[in-house]
Order: sequence, then C-alpha cells, then structure tokens
Amino acid sequence: MGFYWQVALLGFRRFATYRAATLAGIFTNTVFGFMRAYVLVALFATRADVGGYDLRDALTYVFIGQAMLMTISLWGWYDIALTIRSGDIVTDLSRPFDYQIYWLAQDIGRASYHAVFRGIPPFLLGMLVFDLRVPEHPWTVLYFVVSVFLAVCVSFSLRFMLNLTAFWLLDYRGAGALMAGAWTFLSGFAVPIVFFPGWLQTISMALPFRAMLQVPLDIFLEKPGGSDVFGQLLIQAAWAVAILLAGRWLLGVASRRVVVQGG
Amino acid sequence: MDSELRLYPILVWARVRSQLQYRLSFAFLVAGSCFLTATDFLVIWVIFQHLPALGGWSLEEVAFLYGTSYLSFKATDMVVGHLDQLPVMVRMGTFDTVLTRPLGSLYQVITSDFALRHVGGILQGLVILSYAIVSLHICWDPARVGLFAVMLVSGGAIFGSIWVLGAATVFWTAGSGLEVLNSFTYGGNQLTSYPLNIYAGWLRRLLAFIVPLGFVNYFPSLYILDKPDPLGSPQFLSFLSPVVAIVMVGLARQVWQSGVRHYRSTGS
Repeated sequence: MGFYWQVALLGFRRFATYRAATLAGIFTNTVFGFMRAYVLVALFATRADVGGYDLRDALTYVFIGQAMLMTISLWGWYDIALTIRSGDIVTDLSRPFDYQIYWLAQDIGRASYHAVFRGIPPFLLGMLVFDLRVPEHPWTVLYFVVSVFLAVCVSFSLRFMLNLTAFWLLDYRGAGALMAGAWTFLSGFAVPIVFFPGWLQTISMALPFRAMLQVPLDIFLEKPGGSDVFGQLLIQAAWAVAILLAGRWLLGVASRRVVVQGG
Repeated sequence: MDSELRLYPILVWARVRSQLQYRLSFAFLVAGSCFLTATDFLVIWVIFQHLPALGGWSLEEVAFLYGTSYLSFKATDMVVGHLDQLPVMVRMGTFDTVLTRPLGSLYQVITSDFALRHVGGILQGLVILSYAIVSLHICWDPARVGLFAVMLVSGGAIFGSIWVLGAATVFWTAGSGLEVLNSFTYGGNQLTSYPLNIYAGWLRRLLAFIVPLGFVNYFPSLYILDKPDPLGSPQFLSFLSPVVAIVMVGLARQVWQSGVRHYRSTGS
C-alpha cells in the first residue's frame, strides 16, 4: 500500500513542476467557461427553466465542468499508449507490482493535483463574473469529493482500456478522438443530459460516461436530493469496478500478444 | 519566395503520403476528427430543442456561422496547427537546424507537418454549412458570392496570424505557457461558432476587436444573410475582413521575425 501511495505522490509532483502550464491552463479553461456561459445566458433569456435547471444551475454547471475537465482528463491522455509504442511497457509489466493499480495510483495523484490547481481557480474566477450556486448542505461538499474521486476512477478505467488499443492500432489517436467525442457529449460535459431529447437521455443514462461528470455535477447542484445521493455514488462505484475488471481482462489478452521489439 | 511557393506542394505531398501509409489508423483519425468536432454542433442542436432563436439567430443562421468558422479554422489547423509544437523545438534545440537552412524559418516550421486528419473536421463543417445554405434561401448576387469567398480566406488568414503571433511568444518565454494560445485559436473557433451578440460587452470587445475574431465570420455574415446587426454596428464592418486579415498577417510576420532575432539557442 505504501508503494502505491508513493506512486500517487509522484503523479501529483510530476504536474506540480509545471507552474506556467498550470497558469496558462487556468486561463484557457476560464475563457472557455465564459464563452460557454454566455451561450446558456442567451438560452435562458427566452425561458426560466430547461429540464429542471435554472440559469444559476446552468452557469454553475459550466464552471464545475470546466473545473473537472482536467481532473477527469477528458481529452488526450495517452501515457500508457506511449509506453506500448516505445516498448517500455515490457519492463513495466515485468515489475513486481500490479500494473493496473500502479497506473491508477499515479492517475489519482495527477487528478488530485488537477482538482486543486486546475479545478478550484476557474470556478472562483467564474464566481467573480456570475452568480454561481454553492452547496447549501455542508455534507454535499463531502459527497461531491467522493463522487469526483469515483469519477476519476471511472474515467481512468475507460482511458486504461482505450490506451490498450495501441496494441492493435498503430495510431491510437484516432480511436482516442472517437472516444473523446463520445464522452464529451454523453458524459454531460457539452450540455447537461437533462437538456437532451428523451431518447438520447435514455441512452446516456444506460452508459457509463455520465458517471464521469454528470453525476458529480448533479450532486454539487444538489439535484438528486436526499438518499438518492448514495444510489448515485453506488452506480459510479459499480461502473468503476466493472470497467477496471474489463480492463484487466483486456490487458491479459493484450499481453499475450506482446512482441518485444529490438534485441 | 517564388521557390518557397513551388516547393510547398512537394513538401506537403511528402507529409501526406507518409500519413496515408497506415490506412486503418488514418481512417480512424479522420473519423475521430469528424466526430469529435461534430459534438460542437450537437450542442447547438440540443440548445435549439428548447428555443426558436438564440440571440435573434435561427438554427440555420447559427449553422451558417458554425460552418464558416469550422471551414476557416480547421483548414488553418491543418496547415499551421503544429506551431503548437514550437516550444518542443526550442527546448530540444531542433529549431537551430531550421536557422541553418536557406529557407524562411516560419516557412520551414509550417511545412514540417500537414495534419491531413483534420479533413474530418473540415468535412463535418462543410456538411453543416451546406445544410445552412440550402435552408436559408440566400440571395446569391455577385457581391455576396465574392464576400463569401473573401470571408473564408480572410477568416483562415486571421486564425493563422493568431497562431503565428501566439507561437512567436515562445522566443521570449522559452515556451512556457503557450497553452494560453488555445484560448484564441480553439477558443476563437468556439467564439465564432455562435453569433457575437450573445456575449457580454467586455468579452466581445476583447475577443472580437482586440483579437479581431469578429471579422472571421460575424460581420461579413450579417451582409450575406441580410441581417441587421443586433449590436447596431455600421454596415461597412462587413467588408473590412480582408483589410483586417492583411494587417494581421503583416503583424504576425513582423513579430515572428523579431522573435527569431531575439532567439537564443538552448545550446549544450
């Protein structure tokens, strides 16, 4: 356990080195937040309620989304795929630790850094311009933190499987962009899922992607209400475990295929 | 200059051929680019499920802005998007090689890649734009046809200049913080996919006039679509895009050149 803790710490420190990149990232996430917010301001100029969201919910939704973007690493995480390409994965697989847990620990370290330093600032900057909602019940904050942690686990488990496709595809970026498109939209990042037409809501409810974003968002906005929070957290946990297990299976299949390059 | 123009298709063809070697991967890349960018239009489509007009613009009109923004932006991304990689070249010292060759440094960085996968995003933009044009009944007189073509070219030139200007800052900052550029390139694409009048005054003044993104498509589109500007701006702005584009290209050249003069190699 101590080992994985150290790995997580390293994952955290790895990103803490790049201060200028962090500042630049905060700037960009915030600018996009403002642009997306004004689209919703224009939408709510014509009506007070869309799918149970009012303008304040919708603006909070935008800035929580912008804040979680890096934490759940929505786009372009190819760390494992790169080791598959370079062949380094062979050494990693032969090391005396659990390969998947090792990467999960590192990713939780990375996500913790991004949650604090890329997550909180854009939300505070958003608050300077817009009247954003903050949770009424103190417990909500705790539930939200747990939910974000589970969202990172779900997102990691999906990214883990996506990266393993590099065993079969020479250029994993194409599959990556396809997946990124699916989870940008179906996670509820692009628009809240309650804004979707009914049939599309049904589809997104049945898929794991909303566990990455819409679930923690709705917990923050105190949408599910009361005991339902635990139900939502349970669904997130179930998706995380199921996809992590699927990833282990895929790793087994893939490692039987490994051809060591070089000699 | 002359030889640079003649060399361009040869260099680009070499980049393109190497990308076409792995058919399946390439097909995935194009499909990925197409699908990922199309989610931006899905957002617009979902929003219009709940209202007839956004800031006074119908779905077809917003689709027109979206399509023209995507055509200009993705074409530019394909040609110059790898300027984002300039910090790596500066840090690794590979930019030194560029300076020893008898061709312009900006020209060499631009021809070092050609991201053909962006045809996916371009195709997607074309489909949306065609839908908009077919359903809008635009009165296509020669002035509008001409302005439409000028708008797409100027839009691309404005995006390209922003990219060069942003990338050139690398020569002063040694490449840290270039992610800010994303706010004005990818961010510019996002901004110009929607009508300018929905944004608050401060954001509009910053991103539409100081960074002249308003001239990418908003002002010319007002004339083409025969729409009075909800912001009440004078009509001559519709025809200023090429002027703005030329000024931006000149500015980008100047800043790049003084950046290169300022450049000190990381050495060894």
